[in-house]
Formats: sequence, structure tokens, C-alpha cells
Amino acid sequence: MPPPAPPPPGAPRGPTAPTTPGGGGAPPGPPPAGGAGGGGGAGAAPPPRRPRTRARRGLSPGRRLPAARFIGPAVVLALWAGGSAAGQLDPGAIPAPWTVLRTAARLWTDGTLPTDVGTSLRRAGYGFAIGLTAGVLLALASGLSRVGEALIDGTVQLNRAIPTLGLIPLFILWLGIGETFKVAIIAIVVYIPVYLNTHAALSGIDSRFVELAEVQGLSRLRFVRQVVVPGALPGFFVGLRLAVTGSWLGLVVLEQINATSGLGYMMFQAQNYGQSDVILVGLLVYGVFGLVSDSVVRLIERRVLSWRRTLSN
Amino acid sequence: MAPHTEQLTRPAVRLRGLTRSFAGRTVLDGIDLDLPAGQFTALLGHSGSGKSTLLRAVAGLDHRVEGSGEISAPERVSVVFQDSRLLPWRRVLPNVLLGTDGKDAAERGRAALAEVGLAGRERAWPSELSGGEAQRAALARSLVREPELLLADEPFGALDALTRIRMHGLLRALWQRHRPSVLLVTHDVGEALVLADRILVLDSGRIGLDLALDRPHPRSPRDPHLGAYRERLLAALGVTEDPA
Repeated sequence: MPPPAPPPPGAPRGPTAPTTPGGGGAPPGPPPAGGAGGGGGAGAAPPPRRPRTRARRGLSPGRRLPAARFIGPAVVLALWAGGSAAGQLDPGAIPAPWTVLRTAARLWTDGTLPTDVGTSLRRAGYGFAIGLTAGVLLALASGLSRVGEALIDGTVQLNRAIPTLGLIPLFILWLGIGETFKVAIIAIVVYIPVYLNTHAALSGIDSRFVELAEVQGLSRLRFVRQVVVPGALPGFFVGLRLAVTGSWLGLVVLEQINATSGLGYMMFQAQNYGQSDVILVGLLVYGVFGLVSDSVVRLIERRVLSWRRTLSN
Repeated sequence: MAPHTEQLTRPAVRLRGLTRSFAGRTVLDGIDLDLPAGQFTALLGHSGSGKSTLLRAVAGLDHRVEGSGEISAPERVSVVFQDSRLLPWRRVLPNVLLGTDGKDAAERGRAALAEVGLAGRERAWPSELSGGEAQRAALARSLVREPELLLADEPFGALDALTRIRMHGLLRALWQRHRPSVLLVTHDVGEALVLADRILVLDSGRIGLDLALDRPHPRSPRDPHLGAYRERLLAALGVTEDPA
């Protein structure tokens, strides 16, 4: 492709307005408004004489801003604090950030918050562990044997079609309103995405790799360990991240409707007494739970799937 | 004159009445073939002529394919595919050692990598290798098993022309050193002429031409003696070169 001819001097046109070379992230200057404005601009600063290739209009959004993920939340927080300080927000509906923090400190020191957080974490933790184990075991059984697939896959797909939270009434009848039914519901919410994604990844192993394993004389056990499982890990992690989110979602619903302890119960009580600051403390803790657990999973994923990082950069 | 002739005593591969068909279409039609031990053979044919089917049958990879016939092949067989088929989640050395056991396995893997010019890349990820390097690693993986028979299914088909020339030299050198029987499936007449000591042309499910090449190595593709061979091969493939 021949290089585009430089525009003739004194004939400025919007799209060909010279852009500064090397101004990588800077947006190109606004094009001259009209013929008259353009002519005036050319008169004030004539286009450079030396020939140079015209820079293409950059279409990528440019370099990432530093700490980009925190800018939006920081702006929201600033607006919230500013509104509260200026007295623009009803403290009964939206208490100031410092009120929420003070309430959190008070609840923590008087011991109610640690108890509630502990109870909630235990529920989520047990449910998550059971669901994760079940999801992985079922996916392996179903992905590695035809009999297993025939028995398991259809059943899980059926289970998936039923909204798990709709099972709550039945589970309360079966297991009582104690901890067992809560853990069971969270386990179901967790195992489904783990199973679905792991199973899909297991059955989607590239047939070329199966052929390779045959040629290399791998035993069945080694084939599973060295080819199938590592190949299915990316899918497993997709399921795991969905499961983490799901376990918190299940927890919130269970605790707000059917609990006598825990974070959700604390928030539910606060609603009765109009303590919006306590509700915000509960939401804050849920948010921290979600953020931390997602970061942990992503960290593990990055380390386990380090071979993929080389693909993405 | 060719150094291998005295070794051609017992066949490494013996095919008798090998027939394969897909959905009623006969692809291989009663092939009888002996590949002597240590011979470098190329198998030419149009795409769809059944070259790969034959190779996969010898490799024992054609499960659930209709067919009959007798195949005898050595114990240790390696296959090089058109793609390097390195597992992306294993570094280069563990990839080379896939399915290889023993205390000295790692040593042998390093030696094989050094032989193909990849010394020092043991800890690289496959995605960090160029196409040529990946195919070298695949060659190392096939070597480390010390194969009696090396089956190669268009191993250089996906490489650029310059890399391909270098890989031809490498493959031939490796063959000189280790002397496996080689069956190289290719559709590239030039590649077969430069590399092989015997060229088979597969046509309509049968061996249409069985040609012995008695030219010294390394061969230049411009060797005038190869011209006559080239014409015979092209004729067997049903291609006529432009007379102008």
C-alpha cells in the first residue's frame, strides 16, 4: 500500500488535520470548524513542510488509567460523603459514611457483629465445600464414563431447571429450619455451576489430544491426570467463580427470610427498628465477603492457569 | 551405495490386504506393502487419496473404522502430526516426556531437545514457541521414545517455506543418527524427492507407483537427476507440468 500523499498546503480538511506524532494517548485536536476557521488556522500555523506519514486515527480507548477499578467507587463515596455533610441526604434513609463506620465499630466491639459474621461465614463455608466437592465428583464421574453420564447428566440438568431457592419450603419440611437446610441449599446453588462447567470442559477435550495420548501410550489414569484434568481446569474455574457468587446470593436470601442469627437476620431486625445504618453495615460486610472471595479465586486461577497468561499478552 | 541397503532384511511394517472404507466409500483397497527396517519412505497422494488413513491404520489410531487386512508394525512407534500437538498446559520438557518413564527420562528428554536445537527452552510454554520450534519439540517428543518406526503425517505442512527447508535437513539428520523406519506422508513432491529413499504414490486406494531413489544426500531440489523422478511422480499423480 503506497503511503498516503500529504495534504497540499493551504487546503486543510478536517480528517487530515495534522496530529502530533508521539502523542500516543492524547486525542487528536478538534478538526477546524468550517472553511473560514480552517483557513484562519492554516494562516496562523502553516502545515509543516517536511513530508511525514499521517497518523491513523486511533480507535482503541488508549492506555488504562491507574487504579481504574477504584475511581468509580471513590467518586460514589465522595458524592455520598459530600451529600451527607451538606445535609442533602436524609440521615434516616441514607446515614453518612462515618455513621455507618461508627455503627460497625460499635457492633463489632459489643460482640454482635463478630457472632453474626461467624455464623454467616460458617454457613457459606460448609455449603460451599460440600457443593464444590459434589460438583467436581459428579462432573468427573459423568465426564469420564458413559454409564456415569447416562445416570448423572440428565438428572443434574433436571435439577438445574428447578430454581434452587424454590426448594426452600420443601427443605424446611425435610430438614427443619436449622442450619442443615441452609447448608443444603447453598450446596445445591454451588454444585450446579461447578458441575455444568467442569463437565462441559471434560467432555470438550480436544480429540487431537486424545489421539496424542494414545500414540504416546498413556494409561487411562495418566491420560486423565495429565491431559483431561488440566484441560478441564479453565472450565472448572469458570464454574468456581459462578459458584462463589451463587453461595453469597443463596446466603443472603436464606438469612433474610429464614434465620434467627447471622448477618441477614441482623439486617432484617434493623429494618424493623428503622436502623438503616445497621443495614448498610450488613451490606458492607456482604460486599467485602464477595470481593475477597472473588479475588482469592482469581488469584488461585492465575497461579494454576499460568500457562494461559502467555496467551493473553 | 546408499548406506542403508544392507539393513533392508526384515520388514518393519507389513501390510496385507489392507482395506478401509468410510460410509461405503472404499479409501484403501487391499494394500500389500512391506517397509524394510530403517528405510526412509515417503507416501504421496492427492488430498483425500487415503494417505492419512493408511498412516493412521499403521499407527493403530483408526478405531471404529470399517476395514480388514493384516497389519504388523513394530512395538515402538512414534507419530508426528501436522500440528505440533503440544499440550498447552505443560512446559516443553514435560511435553517431550509425555508417556515416557524411567529415572533417566528427563536426561533423555533434554538430550532430544538439544538434538533438535531447542536446548535451553525446556521450561518454555508451548505458546512461547514459534511454529518451527513447536514442530521441533514434537520431533523431540517422538525421538525420546527411540522409535523403530516414525510415522509423520504432513509434519511440515503448516510451516513456512524457509522453516520447512531447515526442518527437512533436521529430519534427515535425525534419521541418519537413529535409523528408524520412516513413513512420511506428504502431498509435496519436492519434499518427497529431497528426503526419501523410496516414494510410494497412492492412487484410488492402491499403491500406484513404487519408486526407489538412489541419489546421495543431502539432495538439492535443483538436482537435475531428480527431474526424471519428478516427472514420473507427477505422471503417477495425474498432473502434467506446463510444457511451456
